[in-house]
Order: sequence, then C-alpha cells, then structure tokens
Amino acid sequence: MMKKLLIWGGLIILFVVLGVGLFRSQQGQVGIGEMAPDFELVSFSGESYRISDYRGSVIVINFWASWCESCKPEARDLEAVYQSYLSRGDVLFLGVDYVDTEPEALAYLDEFQVTYPNGPDLRTEISQAFRIRGVPETFVIDQNGFITHVQIGPYMSVEHIKSTIDPLLD
Amino acid sequence: MKNQLTRFRWIVFVLLLITLIPMGASAQGSDPTDDDVNAIAKQLYCPVCENIPLDACGTTACEQWRGIIRDKLAEGWTEDQIKNYFVDQYGDRVLAEPPRSGFNWLVYIVPLVMFVGGGFMLYRGFRAWREADTESSPKGVSRKKTENDNLSEEDIQRIEEELKKRSGGL
Repeated sequence: MMKKLLIWGGLIILFVVLGVGLFRSQQGQVGIGEMAPDFELVSFSGESYRISDYRGSVIVINFWASWCESCKPEARDLEAVYQSYLSRGDVLFLGVDYVDTEPEALAYLDEFQVTYPNGPDLRTEISQAFRIRGVPETFVIDQNGFITHVQIGPYMSVEHIKSTIDPLLD
Repeated sequence: MKNQLTRFRWIVFVLLLITLIPMGASAQGSDPTDDDVNAIAKQLYCPVCENIPLDACGTTACEQWRGIIRDKLAEGWTEDQIKNYFVDQYGDRVLAEPPRSGFNWLVYIVPLVMFVGGGFMLYRGFRAWREADTESSPKGVSRKKTENDNLSEEDIQRIEEELKKRSGGL
C-alpha cells in the first residue's frame, strides 16, 4: 500500500513539474492590461533604474541586442522620439540589452547615437520576467504601471512609436 | 681595423636581437588557439540559439561570445573564471551541465529514477508474463493456488447446477 502511494505520489509530482514547465514555456509575453513586472536596470554608465520608482511617468522598455539586425532600423527612431519627449520629463525610455557582449553593445549605442539609459539584462532576469521571445520587443507602460502596448519586432517609423505613447499623455 | 671589427660585432648582435624578438613572442603562446576557445565554448549554450552548443553555433551572438572567451583567455583567466563570468552575465542556463544545487538536482535525479523505475516495471512485467505462461501450460507443475481450490466438491456441484439452470432458462 505504502509502495503504491509512493509511486503514485512521485508520478503526480513529476507530471506537475513537467506541466508547470510546459505551461511556462507556452506562455507568451506579458500582455496588454497586465501590471508590468518590476525590475531594476543598471545602465552601462552605472545608474540604477527601478521602474516602480517612476509611477506617474510613461515608460518605454525596448529589448535589443547588438547582434540583432532588425533592431538597427528602429534604434535611431527610438532616440528621435525620446528626444522629442525629453523636455516633458514624464516619459522614460529604457533600453534592455539582451544576451549581448558589452564592447559590441557600447559600439552599437555609439553608432546609433542612443542617449537614453541602456543597460545589460544581467542573468536574463528582465527578459524572463517579460517572457520575451526575441528582439526587438518593446513594452509601453502607463503612469499606473500597466502595459498598454506590446511591440513584437521593430517599429516602422517615428510616427508609429509616437502613436503608442501619445494617447497616454495629457 | 679594430673599430670596424667592433662595429661589425655590434651590427651582428643587433641583427640577432631583431630576429630573436618575434621568436620569443611566439614561444610564449599567449594567443589562445581555436581549440582553447572551443574547449570552453562547448560547455556553454547561448540562450538565443537553444540546443546548439556555443562551439558549433554560427550566429553573430555566439561569435561574439567566443570572442569574449578568447579575450579572457588572453588575459590569463582560467576556465572556471570564464564560465562563472558567463553565468553572472547570462544566468545558469548557459551551462551545458547545470550546477548541482536546488531545483537543478531534478535534472540529475529524474532520469535516474525513471530509468530504475522503468527497469523495475519491466522486470515485474516479464515475471508476471512468465508466471502466467507457466500456469496456462499443460505441463505446468507449479500452478498457483486460487480461491477455487478451496471449494468443496459439494460447492462445485451446486455452482454447476446453478449454471445449467441459468443457461437452460435463456
């Protein structure tokens, strides 16, 4: 009796573990309407950004990598949009560098003259929290911390980026 | 004449020095070879290209990672230091062999338990099969005692009569 109980117990635990793993692997990105996972990004220049400290601001989180070809066309556009909102002071742009090497990442930022804060996704914790499937992916978060737009793949233009931010601003 | 001889000796000495310098540099062997790099790379997996070891992966991301390994080796880092660097940067999942701690133990235990459990079930299955075979064989001498063997002649007779009645009624 005890032996049977052990066997069944072991099998149930095994199936639960496998099921949870399968469920997590099948889940897509965190979606629109969900609270954005909180995280701390330490930029390449050493400043720290925790997104929960920026309630009241719109936050744009862009996942990218220097080896990602499709990230390049949108890099300049994101910088241009960041510059256009800079004087308002209520739109924060954060670049999360996914599975990259620092020298190449810094060269990329230099090439595309990106000035908003960017930092490495250490231990891939941020990308796992957002369950991204690749790069580029961009999440727009409203003043209350909820995700209002998920961009899978690159933005097509400056207007395209603005169209996902402007409705959140006064 | 003596001056000329001294000058000649100096020229020969300087020439010898010039030829020795590159020999000395190559003898140090400070430049890691591809084999050195791949010996570490094959123990790592880039999260971008799942299931392809770093030494066999042709993507730009993996190429950059191999470049990092080469740089670190050239700086005199040990294999463990380099692997730890990658774990710190990208997490445990980059290791071909996960560290034996916490939840990772499942990776080592579950296959072993399944192998032993499967072997045990096969053994029991074969044994039951052989026993059933022996019982059904007319030459079987070690038939298992069943509940029917405890019935008296009288009981058997009653059952047979009952069965006859029922089959006659149909």
